[in-house]
Amino acid sequence: MAKDVKPRVRVPKSAKAGEVILIKTLISHPMESGQRKDSKGEVIPRSIINRFTAEMNGVMIVDMKLEPAISTNPYFEFEARIDAGGDMIFTWYDDDGSVYTDKQPVAVA
Amino acid sequence: MTLSRRQTIALALGAAAAAAVPLPALAKIEEAIAAFTGGAAVGEGGITLTAPEIAENGNTVPVQVSAPGAVAILLVASGNPEPGICLARFGEGAGSQMFATRIRLASTQDVVAIAQMADGSFVRAASEVKVTIGGCGG
Repeated sequence: MAKDVKPRVRVPKSAKAGEVILIKTLISHPMESGQRKDSKGEVIPRSIINRFTAEMNGVMIVDMKLEPAISTNPYFEFEARIDAGGDMIFTWYDDDGSVYTDKQPVAVA
Repeated sequence: MTLSRRQTIALALGAAAAAAVPLPALAKIEEAIAAFTGGAAVGEGGITLTAPEIAENGNTVPVQVSAPGAVAILLVASGNPEPGICLARFGEGAGSQMFATRIRLASTQDVVAIAQMADGSFVRAASEVKVTIGGCGG
């Protein structure tokens, strides 16, 4: 079980209708690759975030399948088109079954 | 030109190393790509992969992929223990078919991005990244 998993997301608070905005997300997670060995020479079991999604008003923005080659504290940057105001919902799926979510409101000015 | 015994051995070793090292990794990456494309032909152009030429720390290498009009982008590495890095699928709400992330690279190798376009065709882009310190804890 990964400890102290904390999502951090940067989303503009408001946008014009139809505007494309840049989203930056980071989640603190060790992303243990399953390749490393501990001091006794035993393989440390894999423990990563295997999926990340971002959606708004039920519309998918991006859905990513992740492998151990993603760095510790997975960082993603992508763009979303804002048609109407609402909550942007970010979800991270851990190998251990945990699901972490974050929600950011975006207003249409 | 005559080769000394020592030179001949060095040449033979070099050739053997060159032949032996990339093959298994190459087979793996081709498999990963085929699983994504379903064996379809992969073209060039229409996709941009931005990666550093030299990465001092293989634990966190920033990369960016952009492929306007793509529905999905697969990112693979030729020299990692496992070729897969990530697979991004873009939905209706995407403002552009672009993402940036940070990846692990075990050693100097090619990073390959394959994009599936809306019409079902595939394009690829590759970039070699020289890695000073590998990032797989091995």
